Amino acid sequence: MRYALLVQGSPYSNQASHSALRFSHGLIARGHQLATVFFYHDGVYNAARLALPPQDEPHLVDEWRELHVRQSTELLVCIASGLRRGIVDEQEASRHGKTGHSLEAPFELTGLGQLIDAGLTHDRLVTFAP
Amino acid sequence: MNDIAFNRLLVVLRHGPHGSSWLREGLEVALVGAALGQDVSLLFYGEGVTALLKEQQVGPLAQKGTQPMLEMLPMYDIESLWVDAEALATYDLTLDELVVPAKEVGRHEVSDLFQRHRLVLNF
Repeated sequence: MRYALLVQGSPYSNQASHSALRFSHGLIARGHQLATVFFYHDGVYNAARLALPPQDEPHLVDEWRELHVRQSTELLVCIASGLRRGIVDEQEASRHGKTGHSLEAPFELTGLGQLIDAGLTHDRLVTFAP
Repeated sequence: MNDIAFNRLLVVLRHGPHGSSWLREGLEVALVGAALGQDVSLLFYGEGVTALLKEQQVGPLAQKGTQPMLEMLPMYDIESLWVDAEALATYDLTLDELVVPAKEVGRHEVSDLFQRHRLVLNF
């Protein structure tokens, strides 16, 4: 089956992202496809380019990237939730006169329409919230 | 329960208007869904029923209030609004105290409501 995930928890603050990643690995191991992950609410922090967890802890941002490499999983970040919280790509940063950016490929800023679309076009949409 | 259409998107709102952005972000999903032509229903559940109280103010945090979004629902053709009857009783509220017209739903009927929607999103 083609799966989509909706992740709404901030990494390292609560279990939502950890659970979502473990679920991702589980469904891939069973032969399913993780086609899309949509990050909304505090979940947008999962895309923080500068995240530096201690080396003996899982690097959640890198684990999402790895899913993109393995399965071409689309990593979609809600632009309205992201901009409010300082999660911006290079283009948005320069548009708003900021010197740095906090989000980069394979994560991409996108609109909420993509969440609705994911919910209607995948076999399953599973939510991970705090 | 039999009068509801097989709407496609159900947005469940379980948080009050203040203290977090859950209600606002849930309503945004509903409005975007409707703008994209989906049939959208809302279920105000638990604390979420307080979202429907009249005469809400923005408050000292200066975040945008959610009441203007609720008043926009008819413009987006979002008219299938359900409220958790048990929560209404808990907060000692009646339907005529709510800012938009809504129908009561019992907790035992919620699973039925979920089954009648293709996509259920929970906030």
